[in-house]
Amino acid sequence: MDGLTLFGTWIAAFLTLCILSFLYKDNPFYKFAEYLFIGVSAGFWIAYNFHNLLVPNLIDPLFGADGAFPKLVREGQLDIRLLTVIAGLLGITMLFRFFPKVAWVSRYGIAFSVGLGAGLMFIVYLQANCIYQIWGTVQLSPIVITESATGWHFDWGASVANTLLIIGVVSALVYFYFSKEHKGLLGGTARLGIWFLMVSFGAAFGYTVMARISLLIGRMEFLIDDWIKETLIALGLL
Amino acid sequence: MKFVRWLADIDRRIIFVVIAVAVVVPLLFPLGMRVKVTPQTQTIYDEVENLPGGSNVLVSFDYDPAAAPEVHPMALAFLHHCFQKKHRVIIMALWPQGAQMAVSAMAEINRDFDLEYGRDYVNLGYKPGGAIVIKSLGNSFAEIFPKDMAGRSTATLPLMEDVSNLYDVDLVMDLSAGVPGITEWVIIANALFQTRTAAGCTAVSAPQFFPYLQTGQLIGLLGGLKGAAEYETVTAYAGKASPRMDSQSVAHVVIIVFILFANISYFILRRKREEGSGGPTARPPTSA
Repeated sequence: MDGLTLFGTWIAAFLTLCILSFLYKDNPFYKFAEYLFIGVSAGFWIAYNFHNLLVPNLIDPLFGADGAFPKLVREGQLDIRLLTVIAGLLGITMLFRFFPKVAWVSRYGIAFSVGLGAGLMFIVYLQANCIYQIWGTVQLSPIVITESATGWHFDWGASVANTLLIIGVVSALVYFYFSKEHKGLLGGTARLGIWFLMVSFGAAFGYTVMARISLLIGRMEFLIDDWIKETLIALGLL
Repeated sequence: MKFVRWLADIDRRIIFVVIAVAVVVPLLFPLGMRVKVTPQTQTIYDEVENLPGGSNVLVSFDYDPAAAPEVHPMALAFLHHCFQKKHRVIIMALWPQGAQMAVSAMAEINRDFDLEYGRDYVNLGYKPGGAIVIKSLGNSFAEIFPKDMAGRSTATLPLMEDVSNLYDVDLVMDLSAGVPGITEWVIIANALFQTRTAAGCTAVSAPQFFPYLQTGQLIGLLGGLKGAAEYETVTAYAGKASPRMDSQSVAHVVIIVFILFANISYFILRRKREEGSGGPTARPPTSA
């Protein structure tokens, strides 16, 4: 690791320790790292979005070397890309939110993006997340017979899994049916639905713990391998 | 009883220290725990294995450095497997920093393979728009990505001559840490264009994608560090996820022990209080 990279690693290690110091209690080092992160992130996103969104999609097509306006001046040829101009104008309307008197103008831009998003996603979302899921449940058989070299046999594992899945889906759906009081058979099924929901929340919690520990492992590995070991190597102690 | 009371009111900082020790010690002294490969990982492996050599695999890098400890190892293991099977890889990103993560991954992969840019793989870079980008890829790659990440015209890249739209892609692998990500690829690429889709994601988001596995909308799913370690195991790739699973497992055991102790001490103390007051009483939770 060269000197400059090692210097960067030291800064990263210092900031990591600043953030981790919050585990003891809130302190100025943590605050410093937190504010620095927010500031750097905001600056990064502004610059990134300007160069990757505005420049290639709006500024270059209109004002770049081969853009519409330079062409108009150079060749007298009107080559306005109408869609680019409309998109640019809709984007500018969004900025009107900063001026309370004309803030209503921003609704045009927002309405366009909401309408576009809804129109694009509505059918496919319904198809992928509703129709496919209904199909996935109704095509399940609670009795699964499989063929092997020794002949046909009852597959206990698949049968139990399918049965649980069907019961789980139905009972969880019943829990969210509020048009009738949850009493009797309906109430019992809804209570069973709660159990299935609790199991799914437990699984989600378990996965969340795994994710957080993974991030901690990543940071610890950075501190041990990239910071301590590389520093010792640079000092000739390892 | 004193011990039980101490356990119930234990300082959270002691828990942090124990977790830190549980994570660091296995990193310094690896235990070499075995990683069991689950069916949802095996199916991705089988899919890559069964594709004929030279197939077009699209890998979408939809994550940033914050999710790298979990998702980056699966990117490396998957890319390694693809190039081992001589597949051609099209890289793109729906997340701004995803393209850079891909550059970092390819720098590592290039150490093991003699790959030629433009023939064996291309990096089309980042394109904002999420679902709209995927939908447009169903019509044309060239329209959405006229240039690659380095600014070269994609029309001049040999690999892209054979790939005009998503119908020419044999497998999509989405490596995701949020939105846009797996949901968009499933509901657009798979549902609309019937593209075979697999995914890898952070552990936090994995449970919400399991229904897609059961319906076959996803071929397979790598969930978090465990998913990455499984893919390393099944492909025999010496990556970083498998050694990290030692720390993960030890930390999980420690957390389970803490949860058990907390519950046992809670119920013992509640019983004591009920006996003392002659009936059940509500008790505010302890600070620990």
